[in-house]
Amino acid sequence: MFNQDIVKPENLVYKKTDVLTDKIMHYCPGCGHGTTHRIIAEVIEEMGIQDKAICIAPVGCSVLAYNYFEVDSLGAAHGRAPALATAIQRLNPDHHTFTYQGDGDLAAIGTAETIHACNRGENIVIIFINNGIYGMTGGQMAPTTLIGMQTATSPYGRTVELNGYPLQITELLAQLPGTYFVTRQSVHTSAAVRKAKKAVRQAFENQKNKKGTSFVEVVSNCNSGWKMTAPKANEWMVENMFVKYPIGDIKVDGEIVQK
Amino acid sequence: MAVKGTVVIDKERCKGCGVCVVACPKSVLALAKNVNGKGYNYSEAIIDECIGCASCAMVCPDGVITVYKEKK
Ligand SMILES: Cc1ncc(C[n+]2csc(CCOP(=O)(O)OP(=O)(O)O)c2C)c(N)n1
Ligand code: SF4
Ligand code: SF4
Ligand code: SF4
Repeated sequence: MFNQDIVKPENLVYKKTDVLTDKIMHYCPGCGHGTTHRIIAEVIEEMGIQDKAICIAPVGCSVLAYNYFEVDSLGAAHGRAPALATAIQRLNPDHHTFTYQGDGDLAAIGTAETIHACNRGENIVIIFINNGIYGMTGGQMAPTTLIGMQTATSPYGRTVELNGYPLQITELLAQLPGTYFVTRQSVHTSAAVRKAKKAVRQAFENQKNKKGTSFVEVVSNCNSGWKMTAPKANEWMVENMFVKYPIGDIKVDGEIVQK
Repeated sequence: MAVKGTVVIDKERCKGCGVCVVACPKSVLALAKNVNGKGYNYSEAIIDECIGCASCAMVCPDGVITVYKEKK
């Protein structure tokens, strides 16, 4: 190792936050789930809300999220995280209940819960990992799968004729009066990670100020499902996913951002 | 004023995904020829050019990298 002499507490620039446990995450190498967990945990630490944060874990690859966040957590039935979060946050209005959900969980089996929680303007934070595929179960097509994308259940590529259009659920949710902040981020570069973290911070600040639902989509990679190395998957994501799912704020302070 | 930085990589936690290698603006990092206990080619610093920018640590999904920086 180079420059061992500068390894001193006063020179520390970055270390893993203690709001994440020391357990080794089960995610595949390079998967954006880990990075997204980290920025949420860092925001919780920076806001000093560790004893008030409540994580609602989904069904999907992040089903074990509660092993990694050093906060109170509950596991919801598939897709029902926003409904569970509704109850938890209403009963604990000074707490910070957040859901963490994949696209299969949030935009397929849980569409009704997602839409109604957002439409009621529940004071919750929803973190939505969109990797365009069902990662956990072996890479089946999701509502967010791109046209032409090959998955286990669309081996010749998704077609409109057979499978309909990729669902831009985030734009849809922004139309609902209950959503106060809706944004789409990514975590594939250090600049993107910093922006995504700011968005997560904004979401939790809105919740503190009881503004209604804050929704942060993270367009992410699924190296295993896409059958690519992590760096290659990130490139593919930029070239393909970002076209259908452009990065940026969609609704800020309850107003749609005009593009 | 030249900036001197260094990274401490917990190689047993590293999964050898390589996203830190791509993220480093100074091409400091590379995946080792050797593997760790889990069989992953872990990330390591190969040149003394680190500026302590923490770009690598920002993108590491597994929180493996600790970064230090000192002004010379
Ligand atoms: C009621 C029910 N239906 C189906 C499943 C099977 N199942 C487990 S995870 C999953 C989809 C996960 O995909 P996603 O939400 O996109 O998360 P990812 O794994 O990609 O992070 C499905 C269909 C289940 N566990 N429970
Ligand atoms: S299957 Fe995909 S989403 Fe799941 S941990 Fe692996 S890379 Fe991540
Ligand atoms: S801190 Fe910056 S310069 Fe040093 S290894 Fe990481 S990315 Fe490279
Ligand atoms: S990003 Fe993290 S896990 Fe991936 S190779 Fe680098 S140090 Fe290892």
